[in-house]
Amino acid sequence: MVSERQLEAIKIDMDTIEVSNLNRQFLFRQSHVGQSKAKVARDAVLKFRPQMSITAHHANVKDPKFNVEFFKQFNVVLNGLDNLDARRHVNRLCLAADVPLVESGTTGFLGQVTVHVKGKTECYECQPKPAPKTYPVCTITSTPSKFVHCIVWAKDLLFAKLFGDKNQENDLNVRSSDASSSAHAEDVFVRRKDEDIDQYGRRIYDHVFGYNIEVASSNEETWKNRNRPKPIYSADVMPENLTEQNGNVAKNCVVDTSSVSAMASLGLKNPQDTWTLLESSRIFLEALKLFFAKREKEIGNLSFDKDDQLAVEFVTAAANIRAASFGISLHSLFEAKGIAGNIVHAVATTNAIIAGLIVIEAIKVLLKDTDKYRMTYCLEHITKKMLLMPVEPYEPNKSCYVCSETPLSLEINTSRSKLRDFVEKIVKAKLGINFPLIMHGSNLLYEVGDDLDEVEVANYAANLEKVLSQLPSPVTNGTMLTVEDLQQELTCNINIKHREEFDEEKEPDGMLLSGWTQAPPAKDDKQSMNDKQSIGNGGDSSNALQTEPADAVKDGEMEEISEPSGKKRKLSEGSKASILDATDGTRNHKEVEKLDDDDDDDDDVVMFDDLDSMTNKKKRLQ
Amino acid sequence: MDGEELTEQETALYDRQIRVWGADAQRRLSKSHILVCGMKGTVAEFCKNIVLAGVGSLTLMDDRVVTEEAWSANFLIPPDENVYGGKTIAEVCCDSLKDFNPMVRVSVEKGDLSSLDGEFYDKFDVVVVSCCSKLINEKCRKLSKRVAFYTVDCRDSCGEIFVDLQNHKYSKEAISVPWRALPRKASKLYFALRGVFEEAEGRSPGEISIADLPAVLKLKKELCEANALNASHVTDSLLERLIIGTREFPPVCAVVGGILGQEVIKAISCKGEPLKNFFFFDVMDGKGVVEDVSNPKKESK
Repeated sequence: MVSERQLEAIKIDMDTIEVSNLNRQFLFRQSHVGQSKAKVARDAVLKFRPQMSITAHHANVKDPKFNVEFFKQFNVVLNGLDNLDARRHVNRLCLAADVPLVESGTTGFLGQVTVHVKGKTECYECQPKPAPKTYPVCTITSTPSKFVHCIVWAKDLLFAKLFGDKNQENDLNVRSSDASSSAHAEDVFVRRKDEDIDQYGRRIYDHVFGYNIEVASSNEETWKNRNRPKPIYSADVMPENLTEQNGNVAKNCVVDTSSVSAMASLGLKNPQDTWTLLESSRIFLEALKLFFAKREKEIGNLSFDKDDQLAVEFVTAAANIRAASFGISLHSLFEAKGIAGNIVHAVATTNAIIAGLIVIEAIKVLLKDTDKYRMTYCLEHITKKMLLMPVEPYEPNKSCYVCSETPLSLEINTSRSKLRDFVEKIVKAKLGINFPLIMHGSNLLYEVGDDLDEVEVANYAANLEKVLSQLPSPVTNGTMLTVEDLQQELTCNINIKHREEFDEEKEPDGMLLSGWTQAPPAKDDKQSMNDKQSIGNGGDSSNALQTEPADAVKDGEMEEISEPSGKKRKLSEGSKASILDATDGTRNHKEVEKLDDDDDDDDDVVMFDDLDSMTNKKKRLQ
Repeated sequence: MDGEELTEQETALYDRQIRVWGADAQRRLSKSHILVCGMKGTVAEFCKNIVLAGVGSLTLMDDRVVTEEAWSANFLIPPDENVYGGKTIAEVCCDSLKDFNPMVRVSVEKGDLSSLDGEFYDKFDVVVVSCCSKLINEKCRKLSKRVAFYTVDCRDSCGEIFVDLQNHKYSKEAISVPWRALPRKASKLYFALRGVFEEAEGRSPGEISIADLPAVLKLKKELCEANALNASHVTDSLLERLIIGTREFPPVCAVVGGILGQEVIKAISCKGEPLKNFFFFDVMDGKGVVEDVSNPKKESK
């Protein structure tokens, strides 16, 4: 189909180009590293389609300037985003603007393309999407059982404590047993004036890998059913003085911070090698030393960046030593970087396939070929003879609070929970509404905005600290609250039900939201139910340790390829409501249905009820 | 051991894909040599994919002059006569491809592939041709070294890939498999395309047109009768679509070029299950289907 029509496109991307993009983002070249993706892409496309009109915005799609009016100008929106938060945001704007959305995602050899049209198909949020993974605080601070726990400790606790903002709350010494020692502990991490760097390094090493482990080990209850960790002291691992080992550090006069590397100093060249405990210990001390020797100005302001070689080396080393302590296997820098940086593996071929499929769906949308819209899944293993599997879109989920405006229910203790708790744990964390307006009837309980005056701001701040039943417009059993996001044009009604007691283990937030399908918990989250707090590895959630703003996670969350669950319905048939099954794994296993061969071109469109039973488990090729 | 390691540059560039298939596979890719004949849109997509993946070398063959049809579906050819004027399709594509990854050696070979002998093919690990050619496949098979052979064709809104890793029979054998031996639900495209190709055999690409439709329909009838296949299984409309629509549809090129890229990468890296032995994609139903066309009796070789 050769289109002679004038095509206008607008491209929005806040990212700049990195070397690791070049293996698949083929509009970019080595010389473009550091430049705006939106602008370079635009220039590249114009080279082979000069007659197109393309506007590039080097901006965050969540910027308020991209409002509903902005979205209304389009015939179709194509998403190539890498995080859930932005996807939900665009989904809501497309619904508000009534513009069809073609969504997509890839991870390695897997990928999918989905079409979302208001009123006709499910919206992006009709089916639950897995939330970013979080870990309970005590798993990270006291009882790690997997390497990722060690990474999170090294990155969010130790690295943050040593090199990050000193004023940030940090759970690193949460297990210090008595008050006096915890006051003393605050000083432990700060390098004393004129303290010799090697001595400082070993002091830190001994404190976190030796002393803290001994303290933790002494708690009988914790270790009843677990293997005790072994404390590790630098003198045992590295009896000799380190400066004698690394004479070449003094000779290393590199000014460019990006090339400062402990691995280079120590001659450990291959990022795919797994270091020993001794090597990890050396790297740990060397990296610490290099931060102070070459990058002192940054200390106190650093946040972990997966493209910061020295930071990655430090975190890998620290995680490895901790892993050795707890009997967990050590990992290479390459592997550790992937975990710490939430790196999504990606290849050019899958992206090309998905891109082709996106265009095919986009053309169907432009031609308003409603019956032909498909959700297409790119499979790693052949299933029913297919590598590319099209599935008809579902009808909208009547329980979806985003596109169907069904009221939700919230069980909460209105005499104990504050408005702040409601805003943080429900409105922001669960509903993804970051700039909320909360009303009780015609009374404004809370809002955010640049146009508020001092009095209003003070009022809202005061309201946040009040328990619900004590608000100026009291919120009690039977109250209906309205939460809105003006930018997303989303309105959500919540029925409040008062409840006195909540199970500390199962309902640590002290609230229960229902009428909304919860994202399926990740497999080892059984533990997380037992803890009041949880720590994310770069993802955001209520009570999560603040690592970095979600937008800064460039490589994004690992794509969970969404697969259809629940009952299927053809678009073209009138149909009953389709309520999604609860995502506890119990799904209907219906027979695969086949349409009649009414039209040659359409035959053999297969409808699946449960894709899981058809596809093999996703395998990673590593 | 040092010479075997990936360089720092390679590690940085290929980081995301090494996380998919591992460093060993990446090393194997960097030593592989690919030959491509017939630079149509799908093949251009395929070339882009393997150059990005970091193969050792890529040799292009296509002496045709650039036309509007060529650059309408081949994004490697800029629609600017100042750039492509006086060059063959292979030459223009070569210049573009080098840009994608300076670590890959991209070059042009002139001449007619079918007239070249075994020694020529010996240099390569993989041969990809964009029109079904029994002759070239036979030459590849005759070599003592295992050369993986692929054909790819896209017309209108569908595409086909054929894979021969020399562990089962192809070509003369595969396409002469009695149709009744094939599963009943085998892709219609398979039959349809066989009819089209048989008619087109020996003629230059693009020569076949709507005027040939009656001949193709007659051929279809004959083939169906000879094979006891219900003629209505392969509709006239499908054949018509395939005859008329000789132009490639860019998104189909991307899809088929992507699948082909994955297959070649699997073959070179020895990682992953190669598809056996035909792949079809049709926008009309949106499916990407794998068909195993082999004669069960002759599986022994």
